[in-house]
Amino acid sequence: MTPAAAASVSGASVVARGWGWRHAGRRGWAVNGLDLRIEPGERVLLLGASGAGKSTLLHALAGVLGGDEEGEQRGQLLVNGAEPTAARGQAGLLLQDPDSQVILARVGDDVAFGCENLGVPREEIWRRVSDALDMVGLNLPLSHPTSSLSGGQKQRLALAGVLAMRPGLLLLDEPTANLDPGGVLDVRDSVARVLENSAATFIVIEHRVAVWQNLVNRVIVLDAAGGVLADGHPDDVLTRQGERLAAAGVWVPGRGNGLTASRRETSSASAPGSVPLLRTPGLAVARTRVGVLARDIDLTVHAGTALAVTGPNGAGKSTLMLTLAGLLKPAGGAVLASPEFAGGADEEPIRWKSRQLLTRIGTVFQSPEHQFVAATVRAELAVGPRALKRPEANINARVDEVLQRLRLDHLAEANPFTLSGGEKRRLSVGTVLATQPRLLMLDEPTFGQDLRTWREIVALLDELLREGTAVVAVSHDTDFVVALADREYHLTGRAGRSVTPRAAVSR
Amino acid sequence: MSVLTPARGTQAIFRINPVAKLAAALLLAGVLILTIDWVSAVVALACEFVLFFWAGLSLKAFAVRTLPVWIAAPTAGVTTLLYGQAAGAVYWSFGLVNVTEGSLELAIATTLRILAIGLPSVVLFVTVDPTDLADGLGQVVKLPARFVLGGLAGLRLVGLFLEDWRSLELARRARGIADRGVLRRLLSQAFALLVLSIRRGSKLATAMEARGFGAPVRRTWARPSSFRGREVALVGIGLAVALLSVSVSVATGSWNFVLT
Amino acid sequence: MHATTTLLTSTTSRQPRNFRWRVVDIVIASVIGVASGLIFVVWNQAYNPLSGLLTPLLPGLQALLGGGWLFAGVLGGLIIRKPGAALYTELLAAVVSTLVGGTAWGATILVSGLVQGLGAELVFALFFYANYRLVVALLAGAGAGLALAVNDLLLWYPGSAVPFITIYTASSIVSGIVVAGLLSWLAMRGLARTGALSRFAAGRSNRTQV
Repeated sequence: MTPAAAASVSGASVVARGWGWRHAGRRGWAVNGLDLRIEPGERVLLLGASGAGKSTLLHALAGVLGGDEEGEQRGQLLVNGAEPTAARGQAGLLLQDPDSQVILARVGDDVAFGCENLGVPREEIWRRVSDALDMVGLNLPLSHPTSSLSGGQKQRLALAGVLAMRPGLLLLDEPTANLDPGGVLDVRDSVARVLENSAATFIVIEHRVAVWQNLVNRVIVLDAAGGVLADGHPDDVLTRQGERLAAAGVWVPGRGNGLTASRRETSSASAPGSVPLLRTPGLAVARTRVGVLARDIDLTVHAGTALAVTGPNGAGKSTLMLTLAGLLKPAGGAVLASPEFAGGADEEPIRWKSRQLLTRIGTVFQSPEHQFVAATVRAELAVGPRALKRPEANINARVDEVLQRLRLDHLAEANPFTLSGGEKRRLSVGTVLATQPRLLMLDEPTFGQDLRTWREIVALLDELLREGTAVVAVSHDTDFVVALADREYHLTGRAGRSVTPRAAVSR
Repeated sequence: MSVLTPARGTQAIFRINPVAKLAAALLLAGVLILTIDWVSAVVALACEFVLFFWAGLSLKAFAVRTLPVWIAAPTAGVTTLLYGQAAGAVYWSFGLVNVTEGSLELAIATTLRILAIGLPSVVLFVTVDPTDLADGLGQVVKLPARFVLGGLAGLRLVGLFLEDWRSLELARRARGIADRGVLRRLLSQAFALLVLSIRRGSKLATAMEARGFGAPVRRTWARPSSFRGREVALVGIGLAVALLSVSVSVATGSWNFVLT
Repeated sequence: MHATTTLLTSTTSRQPRNFRWRVVDIVIASVIGVASGLIFVVWNQAYNPLSGLLTPLLPGLQALLGGGWLFAGVLGGLIIRKPGAALYTELLAAVVSTLVGGTAWGATILVSGLVQGLGAELVFALFFYANYRLVVALLAGAGAGLALAVNDLLLWYPGSAVPFITIYTASSIVSGIVVAGLLSWLAMRGLARTGALSRFAAGRSNRTQV
């Protein structure tokens, strides 16, 4: 969008009067008794504990909550004095998941989609498309396939699609929660450029406050019990409510992550000389038969130590982890288990039976849903021990123990798919712990998690490490790596590689 | 897979509106299906093999894409040979199996007919880009835009479904349940895929609505989809092949209407 | 629109029936259609060897495999619960299986999809799109099975002997009932329990209020 064109869009006002929404089939109100006024052109960061109804509010402002079939409204919510559903396109909403926001197969078509739906004339559409792509800094041919974009590029593409509609109200619902650090910065910078040239009103939800702090001039904290908890200038609100927000899972800048020291400084378990479990002479990894992602990897995994695998997108981190875990065949070289670790099984984990993996290597996938196979949380935790044919009493005792340790006991009879993001993550770790493997593999365990879940995961892994479990974790999360890793393996692309044991803890 | 990687090229066939390809294939199929005789099928096949030179496919691509047709046609033929209506001399009889002069003739006709119907539609569809097809269905055929575009958006998820399937497979090995019970595991995996895809679909629906999809406004189309000379010519060719096959078949007295 | 929202008092309270498709209805029906289309492709590959095993046992028995192409419509109808849902999902699945490739039957697959979708659709229509219990699901499966038999016998096995026609028809109806009817109904119920259908009546009637 040219600055002039963007400036021609005037900001929209938002008014809520005693507004509330209850999803169909729910007893409680997602949002209740909300009174709020946002002036045209204001830039707002919306905070609140999970379950406070932030997303519901943003969806309502965008007019996408659905009609009578999907819930019940009380009070009033107005954008520019009208019901949001009455004026589609005046509010543009950017969502969290990059994959679910790409609508069409080619970049140009995808950006044009919103304009088509609003009945914009053809010539005008393509003008807007190139303006919007410029604005978000996505310099790709219009026919470029959307499937080959990275997460950060997909989010910028979706942002361009939203901007092409020329909305007076720009709504961002955790737009960077699923991105790696590079992607986060790209999206943030694109939004900053848009805001510089636009008069649009702006509301963003994000639990990592630091990302948006400098782009907003107002912070509103929603109360889980209904209404507004705090509202005002960012510095004021964050100072006054900082502690409370941190307790609710918000990453408040300057408050750290609540850990006093990293594991390396406090533990001695990582001392060299501990038992080696796996080694990988000349390992090469690949997803498909062609296309080796990384080669010449020589690693050793020791009991009681944590190894972090880091590196840019597409460098093959997840593939390496899945190969170490005995799930993917090495494309070259080998993954070898020490005789003591193999305990009678084959030397190569990929040859182990599925059941033999359970007590040796536990793998936590990036997306917990991929791991769920049972209808209740309790049954889910029992799957592993049952496959090992443990006695029933034994299984029950172990399941109860894990339920408690992960604070899932009150959810024992719930369907795993119905849990919240943090609960799903804890359960996916729990399913693995149930059979007490000696080596734990985790793929982005802290991805998109709020501060509370983050702390729980770190504390739990710390405990396991002290008990002698080995941990290999793929992670983009610097805080996590600093807090836990004894060693870091940095994958840098096709051939390059380097082992950089973090010399000093940098903060 | 053509959905993920539609064949691209510069030949005229790539620029023809997919609606015309669909129409030509359906027209040809619609006519050839009316009769079971080897003459009409052979005439159609002969014309088709000449036309395939302009289909925008290499010999190898042609072989790979049409392989299923080459397998299915004789399979159906054999079924007809063994269990088709008995007529004329009996060559072999065993239980319900009745290989006769009549069933042999039917079997040959059936095999050729499936080839004549199947090959051109497979070949024509290889060069179809789903986005262009949707544009054509929406603008030329004037099917309801919401459904056409909803289908198109759903189609884009195919790649993600395949990735999900792979992860579900690995996860089941990691969970210790991959050693036995293949059928049960496949069902559980299919169910999990359904759950994941519906969740993804719900999010996609929200994203589409947030971009004004389904708004009560008359929608415009960024990409024009036209039906002109080229398209008329392709449908014309399809019609000509169909008519020629029928004429020859009737003229030689081999026309054999399905329902008689 | 929102101002006139009726008050929900309990899960059993009935909303006025709304037959207009929402965006989410269209997209989820599409997703089910696409996912089913992929399963069709897998099934297409498996059909030839499997039917080669069944046919010698009893000619016409290969129609027992037909259910693999019939569940899309029934599942779509059970979840979306709007007029045309069964037809749309089955037809889309057929289109996708053709586009993705590997179908021997070419454009005629679209005709099969249309006819089979209609078979299930008619059953849901007979119950005024108001009843989605197991019995209705099984009947819809049977309807789709019958449609498959009629379509196949006319298109691919014309001139078959009467025993073959009888066995083929009976097999496809049985397959429709079990695979398309029962399995789809179980899948719908399972999906509702995972919360994936929270935006659908199918999800809410199968789940207790939370």
